[in-house]
Amino acid sequence: MTTGNGVAVRADQVSRHYEMGSAVIRAVDEITLEIRTGEFVALLGSSGSGKSTLLNLMAGLDRPTGGAIFANGRNLSELSSLELARYRSRTVGMVFQSFNLLPRMTLEENVELPLRLAEVDRAERAPRVKEALERVRLDKRTGHRPSEMSGGEQQRAALARALVNRPTLLFADEPTGNLDSATGETIMLLLKEIQQKLGMTIVMVTHERPLAERFADRIVALADGKLLSDGVKS
Amino acid sequence: MKAGDLGELALRNLREAVLRNSLTTLGVAVGVASLVAMLSLGVGLQELASRRLSNSGLFDTVLVMPRRNIENVRRASATASAAVKEAPPLDDDARAKFLHLVNVVEVYPQVRFPTEIRFEGKPFSTIVAGVPDSSRGNGAYDGIQGSFFSSPTADEAIVQIELAKDLTEQASTLIGKDVVLRYMERQAIPTASGTDDVPKAGTNTSAGGGFSIVPRERKLRIVGIIETEPAAGFGGFGSGRLLIPLEVASSLRAAQVNDLRDAVRATSAKQTYASLTVRAKSPSQIEPIETTIKNMGYGTFSLLDATRNLRLFFTIFDLLLAIFGSLALAVATLGIINTLVMAILERRREIGILKALGAADRDVRQLFFVEAGVMGLFGGILGVGFGWFIGKALTWGTNIYLHRQNLPSAHVFSVPWWLVLGAIVFAVGVSLAAGLYPASRAARLNPVEALRYE
Repeated sequence: MTTGNGVAVRADQVSRHYEMGSAVIRAVDEITLEIRTGEFVALLGSSGSGKSTLLNLMAGLDRPTGGAIFANGRNLSELSSLELARYRSRTVGMVFQSFNLLPRMTLEENVELPLRLAEVDRAERAPRVKEALERVRLDKRTGHRPSEMSGGEQQRAALARALVNRPTLLFADEPTGNLDSATGETIMLLLKEIQQKLGMTIVMVTHERPLAERFADRIVALADGKLLSDGVKS
Repeated sequence: MKAGDLGELALRNLREAVLRNSLTTLGVAVGVASLVAMLSLGVGLQELASRRLSNSGLFDTVLVMPRRNIENVRRASATASAAVKEAPPLDDDARAKFLHLVNVVEVYPQVRFPTEIRFEGKPFSTIVAGVPDSSRGNGAYDGIQGSFFSSPTADEAIVQIELAKDLTEQASTLIGKDVVLRYMERQAIPTASGTDDVPKAGTNTSAGGGFSIVPRERKLRIVGIIETEPAAGFGGFGSGRLLIPLEVASSLRAAQVNDLRDAVRATSAKQTYASLTVRAKSPSQIEPIETTIKNMGYGTFSLLDATRNLRLFFTIFDLLLAIFGSLALAVATLGIINTLVMAILERRREIGILKALGAADRDVRQLFFVEAGVMGLFGGILGVGFGWFIGKALTWGTNIYLHRQNLPSAHVFSVPWWLVLGAIVFAVGVSLAAGLYPASRAARLNPVEALRYE
């Protein structure tokens, strides 16, 4: 699942511009970046720096207006809508700041949802849901709805949902943004554990430098849509 | 997404907004009920008319006459001589041939004669008509007071209400009483060869020996009184006031109005009929039977064109009813569109999540389609039920009115299986069409924008 030579995702002069009337907003502006397989990369930046936009482009949720993103050996810009959906379903796992669990579904049903979308056989689903929930230590809460769980539990549930299709890339957009520091740390430890145990490539958007410095292997700083710095931690 | 998962998710979504979706489904149901009610009324009235007309004997019978009778109507007698020579006789052989034609169920002669009856010593002039036993199931006898003849040979009579009122003020008291029928019996005058064939009523002796007329009497028991004037073919016992079994009427050998003309015109040694009524299994089989009989050299008459016009009328009638019925369904369609568009707004974020998790545009589109289809399906089933209920209520109300008017009850409503299936399929189809725009709009949602939506 690499773009070659151990590269999981490569952004090549990628841009994402929005037209707002006569003005052009350069959310991401000609960024070139390589993320290696198994790396834990933190995209660091203040609000409006373009980090979430870049994450969405790499996750296949959005298309660049310039440049190209290569993942899984393919240029995402050239994929059809259906192929891009399959990429999101089979290669990518997503975790959001606001958890984005479906409130009317139980924990088990929420985690099963990506398996339904990926057309995984029913018989195979239950063990995979169980495995994902065990990994985030929520296997005793299967029948609970999101409203019956704490923020940390909801984020762990979202993490289980992101892992259930066994993706190779995990994109996390401010995963601790809605959590207190202690709970946030639990989530970060969990992400680190997943990276180390599963060898998964993780790209995390955050504006908290201490968190990035503590858990990420590499910090990519952005400002005004441009790459500010790209540093591998010693 | 697999069909099973799609169905489960759609049902779950529908359950979430149960009140709104139920009201939308109810809207579809009202639309379908309106359509079903209108069409069922059309079908019911058509069936009622067809059944009544079919039973009346006007549309499932062909009147057969010797061609000369028809020709004589059209031409001067002088020019008809050629046809007379060629026309086959309408005798027992011809009757047997007609009976063996495909889809012919009955062939009988017309027996109808004016005469006098005596009731409680008083004379009354009237017209007697022979009624075939097959008329027992005739719709014209649905509202009979009393009963139909106990057997085809019973000395019994059914009195038409106008005659009954002449006989007594309390018409219903007539049942069980006797009436004396006075009539003129034809008796053949023996020929030189010594034969003295006695023709049955409805036939003409054409032996050339002529006949004498002898007054007779027959006591008949009144078993029924009928409000309407039953008809069974043209020139049949329509306008008859005293109806008696056809076999009894034939056995009377009563003189009929055309006897003198036929006696003068007699050319054959065989007994012939003035006319025969050929009854088919159904009105739709009249055309080939009539053509066959015509080809056999006989004159025929039927109301084929009238049945065609009747079908045309009901086709247009049904079409108009369907259009009016569909108006409510059109309103319901707008309801579905509104509900689904509202659902898109409410579930914008959910659509974004689904797409982020790997749902293709197609999956989102299908999800909304299935939701629309399910509402259509339930609305259709419910609507057919409502429509059926409306029909029952309409029939009930109509029959109360008919009862008050002293008319027999009628089924003015019919919900055939094709209408049930068609209405449900139509409801689903219309709902899917209504879901087309919302579904494609939902499918086109940008996942990033949808996820930002609060």
